[in-house]
Amino acid sequence: MLLKAGIRSSSQLTEALLAEHRPVLFRYALLQLRDDELADDAVQETLLAAWQSASAFEGKAGLRTWLIGILKHKIADHWRRSGREIVTSDIGFGEADESDGDEVDFFMSSGQWNGGPRAWNDPEAALKQQEFWAIYETCQSNLPPKMGRVFMLRELVGLEADEVCRETGLSDANYWVIMHRARLRLRECLEIRWFNQSKQKKEKRHA
Amino acid sequence: MRSCRDITALVSQGLDRKLSLGERLKINLHIMMCSRCRSFQRQTRFIRTAARRYTEHLQSRAGKKTLSK
Repeated sequence: MLLKAGIRSSSQLTEALLAEHRPVLFRYALLQLRDDELADDAVQETLLAAWQSASAFEGKAGLRTWLIGILKHKIADHWRRSGREIVTSDIGFGEADESDGDEVDFFMSSGQWNGGPRAWNDPEAALKQQEFWAIYETCQSNLPPKMGRVFMLRELVGLEADEVCRETGLSDANYWVIMHRARLRLRECLEIRWFNQSKQKKEKRHA
Repeated sequence: MRSCRDITALVSQGLDRKLSLGERLKINLHIMMCSRCRSFQRQTRFIRTAARRYTEHLQSRAGKKTLSK
């Protein structure tokens, strides 16, 4: 990452440094815009704007955070131009969020599993099956919105945990809890809907 | 024995930060004896792989070149 490179002043921002962040920016944009050309344009504009205003970069928050900040504006611009409400352009969430009403408890009061994981048969094989991806998508989108966003920033966009916290305003502690619950839910959903279809009867909570 | 609730929380954190030696020891000790937590560990790693693969899908579904890396 940038800090490792010892970048402190804007004068050291090079095209190559900016370009390093292109894949992450692209994935971020793609998740929001759902269209690769639009995403590509937004990223292009972002890098250009960053290049032009390199002097505004203070290096404090990290280059990637700064770039994502610019990208968010570009995405918001896009929504504005296309005359739509700015729907999800702000992936972060403010202070007062619904705590996602996540009451499902995966553990008993003793701390032991309530139900809990079974062994999965050949997960690698699932990755090659089209149907699996439909299930995966369903399970992922069944996560409560906030949880889903945190999960996607981390696992799909590929931000580091501390970057996700900065992005979303979560504390470390909240982040751990949310990510953990996201994994518990996804895991369970995949198990019920894919890996254990035969034992599906009990139709429990789905992710 | 540590509870599964605590151990899985640690396992999960292990995907997002470097665990200390002590923490890793705790996990390993526990999953030697607990098949569910062992499955949990394996499956959350799988989920990470799946998420990455899914992103690639998204990108290729969206089409073309765009990504340099």
